[in-house]
Amino acid sequence: MLLGQSPRSGGVLEIFGKDINVHLKSIRQKTGIVPQADNLDPDFTVAENLSIYGSYFRLSRKSLASRIPELLEMVQLSDRAECRISTLSGGMQRRLTLARALVNDPKLLVLDEPTTGLDPQARHMIWSLVHQMKRSGKTILLTTHYMEEAERLCDEVIIIDHGRLLAQGSPVNLIKEHCETDVVEIRGEVALAITRDLPESFRCDRSGDSLYIYSSDTFRLLEWAESLQGLTSLHRKTGLEDVFLRLTGRGLR
Amino acid sequence: MAASLLLHFGEPLLYLIGIGYGLGRFIGEIDGIPYFTFLASGFIAWSAMNVASMESMWSVYTRMVPQQTYEAILATPATVDDIVMGELLWCGTKSLVSGSAILAVASMLGAVHDWTAIFTLPIIFLTGLCFAAPGLIVTAYAKAYENFNFYMTLVMTPMFILCGVWYPITTLPEPVQRIVEFLPLTHAISIIRPLVVGVPIENLVVHLGALLLFGAISTWIAVALIRRRLVQ
Repeated sequence: MLLGQSPRSGGVLEIFGKDINVHLKSIRQKTGIVPQADNLDPDFTVAENLSIYGSYFRLSRKSLASRIPELLEMVQLSDRAECRISTLSGGMQRRLTLARALVNDPKLLVLDEPTTGLDPQARHMIWSLVHQMKRSGKTILLTTHYMEEAERLCDEVIIIDHGRLLAQGSPVNLIKEHCETDVVEIRGEVALAITRDLPESFRCDRSGDSLYIYSSDTFRLLEWAESLQGLTSLHRKTGLEDVFLRLTGRGLR
Repeated sequence: MAASLLLHFGEPLLYLIGIGYGLGRFIGEIDGIPYFTFLASGFIAWSAMNVASMESMWSVYTRMVPQQTYEAILATPATVDDIVMGELLWCGTKSLVSGSAILAVASMLGAVHDWTAIFTLPIIFLTGLCFAAPGLIVTAYAKAYENFNFYMTLVMTPMFILCGVWYPITTLPEPVQRIVEFLPLTHAISIIRPLVVGVPIENLVVHLGALLLFGAISTWIAVALIRRRLVQ
């Protein structure tokens, strides 16, 4: 919808204060998108992908000639400029797609699940690039299923479930608002009997084969966790995943 | 690129030399034209049709579906119209390369009788454009590569056989002739063959007009259908 590729069933959509129905081209001129599935062109090299994409924004050859090496440098693909896309790993392709999304120096950058399927190193590299983009003043719209990613990167988070807006706010505020401060996670075969004598300040939840015990009373929670015998337990601070679990209910979707 | 060229111009060349010389020795002349020249001029037109159709079906489908190239382009200020026009021009260009390669070889083998043959070049390009458009229509509907076989067998192959590539359409029974006269490949050949042979073109305006009309209508439909497919 943001790019005029899907029709809307109703409502008004404005980007940069302009109605998308009227100013689609000028909106696209200042927007960059990293789609969920890479759609790089296998007929061209890494550098050619960037220059041809740049031409769709009517960027001059001269400006592209200086811009492309900068972009490749930023995503650490300078040594791969003349390589075919098929020779790049998944992480490299994603980095190239990010570079491509920046070729027109957009004001708005849309990242659709940018780290799905990437190894931890690649994920961290994408995250640091996103931080770089944030610092340079770009507006970034990120969609993700990784709560950790939203917590790390986002100033403002919106949780949507089945098309409904469930919550909105900064990660810190959302956690404060919807969750206790600490949680003990117990995995594996657990007798629910252990939940029978829990103190009042503890909240219990279950997801898959994990049992979550929440409390804002850190000391008592830790004390209780120590008393568990023969069980694997993990203590941590609550995060957006716990907010998500609380708001969307238990069970598989 | 090299592999593609080999396929698109190597194959007609084999047909041309193998059958043109072979059959030509038996047939001698048709309507006063040596068979090899007759066949070569037909093949130039056919190659333009064939190359443009293949590109507008197989290659466009590949870019549109597995590669998702058009989706990437549509995130930029470029529009569906731009994409369709670009593809048409590209198909026309490929046709021009292939058709002119056959023309060059034919002239080296002495089959081209007049320098007017140079005017076939814009006609080859135009023929490519006019056949790329219906190819795009087929692609707009295609759900898999196999779907193209229908168009090839039911549309392109009959034209290849009946529209005057191998023998004049006057050889066909009257009622069939009436139908074949309207087919776009017949019109393309009616312009290209006289240019290669070096005789005046009869009814140039009619043939050119028919080809352009066919191309224009197909383009208009193709743009609408591709747009509908890409902007779901």
